[in-house]
Amino acid sequence: MQITRRRFFRVMGAAGASVAVRPPAGHAWQSKAPPDPFGCLVDLTRCVGCRKCEEACAEVNGLPEPERVNCQCTIFEKDRRPDHDAYTVVNRYYTGKVDEFDKPVPTFAKVQCMHCQDPACVSACIVGALTKDETGAVRYDVTKCIGCRYCMVACPFEIPAYEYFDPITPKVMKCTFCYDRISKQGGVPGCATICPTEAITFGRRSTLLEVANKRLKENPAHYLPHIYGEKEVGGTSWMYLSGVPFEQVNLPALPETPSPKLSETVQHSLFTYLWSPILLFGVLGGLMAWFNKNDNPPDKGGV
Amino acid sequence: MAHAAQPLKRPLWTPGVLVMLVFMFAGAVAIIARFTGGIGYVTNLTNARPWGIWVGIDVATGVALAAGGFTTAALAHIFGRHYYEPVTRPALLTAVLGYTFVVIGLLVDIGRSWAIWKPMFYWNFNSVLFEVAMCVMIYLTVLYIEFLPIVAEQFKGRVNLPGILSGLNRLVDGFLQTADRILGKVMWVFIILGVVLSCMHQSSLGSLMLVAPTKLHPLWYTPILPLLFLTSAIAVGYPMVVFETTLTTASFKLDSEVKILAPLTKITIFLLGFYMVLKIGDMVMRGTWIYLLDGTYQTNSFLAELLFGVMIPWIMLLFKRVRQSARGVFTAAALIVGGVVLNRVNVFIVGYRSPLTESGYFPAPSEILVTLGLIATLMFIYRVVVTYLPVLQAPKEVSS
Ligand code: SF4
Ligand code: SF4
Ligand code: SF4
Repeated sequence: MQITRRRFFRVMGAAGASVAVRPPAGHAWQSKAPPDPFGCLVDLTRCVGCRKCEEACAEVNGLPEPERVNCQCTIFEKDRRPDHDAYTVVNRYYTGKVDEFDKPVPTFAKVQCMHCQDPACVSACIVGALTKDETGAVRYDVTKCIGCRYCMVACPFEIPAYEYFDPITPKVMKCTFCYDRISKQGGVPGCATICPTEAITFGRRSTLLEVANKRLKENPAHYLPHIYGEKEVGGTSWMYLSGVPFEQVNLPALPETPSPKLSETVQHSLFTYLWSPILLFGVLGGLMAWFNKNDNPPDKGGV
Repeated sequence: MAHAAQPLKRPLWTPGVLVMLVFMFAGAVAIIARFTGGIGYVTNLTNARPWGIWVGIDVATGVALAAGGFTTAALAHIFGRHYYEPVTRPALLTAVLGYTFVVIGLLVDIGRSWAIWKPMFYWNFNSVLFEVAMCVMIYLTVLYIEFLPIVAEQFKGRVNLPGILSGLNRLVDGFLQTADRILGKVMWVFIILGVVLSCMHQSSLGSLMLVAPTKLHPLWYTPILPLLFLTSAIAVGYPMVVFETTLTTASFKLDSEVKILAPLTKITIFLLGFYMVLKIGDMVMRGTWIYLLDGTYQTNSFLAELLFGVMIPWIMLLFKRVRQSARGVFTAAALIVGGVVLNRVNVFIVGYRSPLTESGYFPAPSEILVTLGLIATLMFIYRVVVTYLPVLQAPKEVSS
């Protein structure tokens, strides 16, 4: 299933590339990813589901205290998603893994915005309220936002949440990558600072990839040989290591092509320098003159 | 050449109009609820499912069905087929109203309605939505300009505003006179511009979903989605004119326009056929027909769209007998219109899969009420306009 899905994406990508008309300027689509962004590496084999990251995130970002903060019992019974009250949530998954006494072993997984390298949300936003910063953070500027929710439609990770019950000034809500902290020398995101098991490592993305590869090499039996987020949708700033298949912990199988590639290629091919509308205008104007040359101007009196 | 268009001068307050008023009222109540309780209060939208019928129907479908405006304008004015002029005015009116209501629908749907002007100042050229918004905005202005001469024709020289507004009579009249004089000379620019802008945003509307390759069902997600949207909009243009003209002439008991409409259906065979070839060819090329028999509601919706909205009406139109009967032409046109509606709903709602949360979406009652209310308002204003402005062909015995 996974294979066919992957192959399918590749076929679609190829079809897209072949159909897309080259722009007259002749430049192909280029990634706009910052060269050396920060990132976080989440090691799911280390996460114990203490939900301290949820707590720290809420505090750092001025969000309401997480639901049942000190209860590690019933909260995991429902599968939660980040929402307008929480930029990150931890879920528990039973994937069929058992310990030596045949007891099922849970896997805990934290979710938040992945801070994609070529984010679909940024490409989609009608007013550019979302931007990818040099630090790697995908930032949101509420003063530009019109609330069209196209960013939510576009995000492959289903991350941006909306304040649906605010009638006049709702905001798009998502993990900020603690921009105010990481943009300062030595700053670390709230969630990464607090994690007691060091399941979250903060650093340069390139360094994190080295760290991840090292862990995979040193302990191959412990992990699946895949760094989630290294290549998915062109790479993300947040990356994951896991001992169980990523799809089972709600990290979707995604193609390696950045989501905005096709739409931006099509769009720019058609509209760079407005060549196609201008051409069309000219052609239609010519046709109009030709077809109407024997007539009085037909254009009076409201089309 | 056909006789001139005239105001209908029929009584406005018919039972049908009163029904419209009921829907308008219900819609207004739902809109008030949206602006007091928030979008979440009146809709079934969630974080996994950010767009519902307000985008899928009010906006996407509204834009597609207003295509009669630019396709008839192209035919009658650019390609010089003046024979079709009698239907350009109603088509233009539909476009003006359609796009106006697209904007009103958007005002209800976007979270920060008061910020709707912001795209004019903050530009994101990578955003397909930005392109759509700009085109729709400019095109709406163009449509109003194209419509102005109709207003001028009716009122210039006899502007007679009531009460204290009567002081403005001279000013308004002067405006209409000047507009009429100048517009007559430059209207060709606006006519062409209207066609160009329509082509741009009709296709871009299809590009909207290209940024979400993993979320739209493969039956619809294709790199040629913009081309499919453009060709289907062009193909639905004349059927939409047939559809609404037949309804209007029937409801006002005017002379049937079948004579004018019949040749339009011949063009439609070609245009719809082209769309059908693209759509089926795309499916074959990408191998997505493997999904066709998997029995999910998404696939079934695709099949319904293709069979009832494209293939059956196309085959119907091939028969001369169908093309010559008012009922046959109307049925085929209605199927095509329904097909395009279903296609837009499929692309924006049915075919949209939230990747992680299994979120079935069905519009909430108040969501539906807003949509119905908007449609009723549109029909009501159409009725008011054709009553007082020269849009439709009056019955022969009165005018000839
Ligand atoms: S995960 Fe979604 S919201 Fe976050 S950067 Fe990527 S596309 Fe944007
Ligand atoms: S909701 Fe706001 S941030 Fe999201 S795409 Fe629309 S304008 Fe941009
Ligand atoms: S990076 Fe900051 S905003 Fe994002 S989940 Fe961690 S604490 Fe929350």
